[in-house]
Amino acid sequence: MDIILEGLRQAFILLVTFDPEVLGITWFSLKVSGTATLISLFFGMSVGTVVALTQFPGRKFVVSLINTGMALPPVVVGLFVTIFLWRNGPFGFLEILYTPAAMIIAQAIIATPIVMGISLASMQQLPKKLRLQILALGATRLQMVRILIREARLPLLAAVMAGFGGVISEVGASIMVGGNIKGYTRVLTTATVMETSRGNFDIAIALSIILLLFAFLINLVLTHVQQRERPR
Amino acid sequence: MTKILEAKNLKLIRGGSLLVDVDELAILDGETLSLIGPNGAGKTTLLQALSFLTKPSGGRILFRGHTVGADYRPLEFRRRLAMVFQEPLLFDTTVFGNVAAGLKIRGADRAEARRIVESQLERFGIAHLRDRSARTLSGGEAQRTSLARAFAISPEILFLDEPFAALDPPTREAIVADLEKVLAETKTTTVMATHDRNEALRLSDRIAVMNEGRIHQIDIPGEVMNRPVDPFVASFVGTDSVLSGKVKESRRGTLVVTVYGRDIEAVGEALPGEEVVLCIRPENVTLTMPGKEHISSARNIFIGKVIRIVSMGLFHRVHMDCGFPLVAYVTNQSLDSLGLIEDLQLAASVKATSIHVIRHGKRALSQT
Repeated sequence: MDIILEGLRQAFILLVTFDPEVLGITWFSLKVSGTATLISLFFGMSVGTVVALTQFPGRKFVVSLINTGMALPPVVVGLFVTIFLWRNGPFGFLEILYTPAAMIIAQAIIATPIVMGISLASMQQLPKKLRLQILALGATRLQMVRILIREARLPLLAAVMAGFGGVISEVGASIMVGGNIKGYTRVLTTATVMETSRGNFDIAIALSIILLLFAFLINLVLTHVQQRERPR
Repeated sequence: MTKILEAKNLKLIRGGSLLVDVDELAILDGETLSLIGPNGAGKTTLLQALSFLTKPSGGRILFRGHTVGADYRPLEFRRRLAMVFQEPLLFDTTVFGNVAAGLKIRGADRAEARRIVESQLERFGIAHLRDRSARTLSGGEAQRTSLARAFAISPEILFLDEPFAALDPPTREAIVADLEKVLAETKTTTVMATHDRNEALRLSDRIAVMNEGRIHQIDIPGEVMNRPVDPFVASFVGTDSVLSGKVKESRRGTLVVTVYGRDIEAVGEALPGEEVVLCIRPENVTLTMPGKEHISSARNIFIGKVIRIVSMGLFHRVHMDCGFPLVAYVTNQSLDSLGLIEDLQLAASVKATSIHVIRHGKRALSQT
C-alpha cells in the first residue's frame, strides 16, 4: 500500500510544481497527437461524408472496411509504418524513422478510420428526409453538404474526440516508430512504460494521472454529445 | 385559370416497381389541390416527383410552360417552391434561424430577411419562441416553425406532405385553422398529400384520389364525394355501401338495378342489362321501425336486419343486411329512440337521387 501512497504523493508534487520533464512530455504528446488528429480529420471527415451521402456498388463493403479500421491494432500500424520507413524500405529515403514525423504518420493512420467511421455514422444518423428538406429550401449540392455537416457538428466533434483519445493513449506504434528518445520522441504513454519498468512509480503515476485527465475530459464531451437530442 | 405546374406521362420507377404513373396532371395557379389515398398510394412519391426532389423515371414536369430539367434548371425550380413534411425536419439552431434558412440559402439581404422572418413568426403565432432552440419545441410548435420556414421564401408552389399527420387532434385543429387562413390570404398554390379526407375536404379546391400510383379521379370535393368514378374512389371517400348490380330497366334518367335479387332505384344513365356499381353514403340512409316507412318520401325501402352496431363517438355506424350489405349512420339519440340492437328488423330508406351510379369502363377524368 505504501508504494502506491508514496507514488501518489510524489506524483502530486510533480504535477503541482509543474515539473519541467513531465510538462515537456505532456506538451509533446499533445502536439504529436493533435497534429495526427488534424490530419485524420481531413481524410476521415471528407471520406466519411462522401460515403455517407452517396450510393455506389460495394458501399457496404467499404463501410465494413472502415469499421474494421476503427479497431486497427496500433502495433500492426507500428509494424507496417516501421517497415515502410526502414532504411531500405519504400520510403526509407525520407529518413524519418524514430522522429516525431513518423509518430504523427502512425497516429494519423490509427485515427483516420476512427474519425471516418464516426463521421460516417453521424452523417447517416441525420434523418434521410433532411436532405430533401434542404434541397426543397433551394440549396445547391454544396450548400446541402455544408448544412448537413453543420447539423452533424456535435457527433462530428465526437469523431474528433474519439480519434484524439485513440492516439493519445496508444503506446505500441509510438514506441515502435518513435523509439522513446528522451526529449525528442518521448510521449506520455512511452514514458509511462519506461518509468514503470525502471520502478519509478512516482513519475509513472504522475503521467498516468495526466492521461486519465485527458480520457475524462474527452469522455465528458462525448457523453454530453450523446445525450443531446436532435430537433424534431 | 392558368396552369402553373403540369405533369405529362410522369412515371417513377424504384426497384423495378412503378410507384407513380400519371398521364396528365395540371395544377392551377392559386388553387389548393389535395392528393388523397391510402398508405402506399404514391402520394408522397408524386409530390417528390412534382417538386423535382426525386428525378422522374419518365415524362415531363412543366413549370409555367417550361420543362424542368430541360429549358428550366432544377435549382431555379426548387427555389420557387417550398415543402413541408410530416416531420418538421428543423435545423439544430434557433426558431429564428430555422425560419431564416431558405432566405439565407438564397443569399437574401440580412435586414430584409429579418423583416420577413419576423412577420412569418408573427403569422404562425411563434414570435415568442423566436430565440428558443428548435430542440426544445413541442410537436405543434415545431410544425408551425416548419410552415413559417416554408412561407418565408414566398413560394410559388407549396407542397405539403401529410403535414398534420403526427399531431394530436387539438394541435392539429389549431394549425389547420391557421394554415387555412394563411392560404386564403396569400393565395399560394398548394399541393397537399394526406390520407385524411376531412382535412382534404376542408382545405382543397380540388381533390385527386390516388391508388397504386395512379390518379383515379380529380375534381372538386363535391363531385369526388358524391360522384366517385369507380368503386375504389367510392370506398375511399367514405361511401360505405358499394354494390354491384345489373340494370333491369332504364327510363327517363331513372334506373332499376338488381342487386342480389333486390331491385334498387337510382338516378342515372345506363343501358338495360349493363353491369353498374351503386354507391350509397351512410349519411343518406334513414332507418325507421318497420311499418312507419311510409313517412319517408324515399323510393327505396328495404327491410333488413341489424348485423352490427359500431360506436363512432357522436354517432353510430349501423351495418344492415337487407339482402345486400348496407351501412347507415345513426345519431346516439336515434339509437335510443329506435331501441337499436343487433338482430332487430328495420326499414332502411334511401332516395333514388342519393344513390350514385358508376358505369363500368367509364373512368374519364373530369377536367375543371
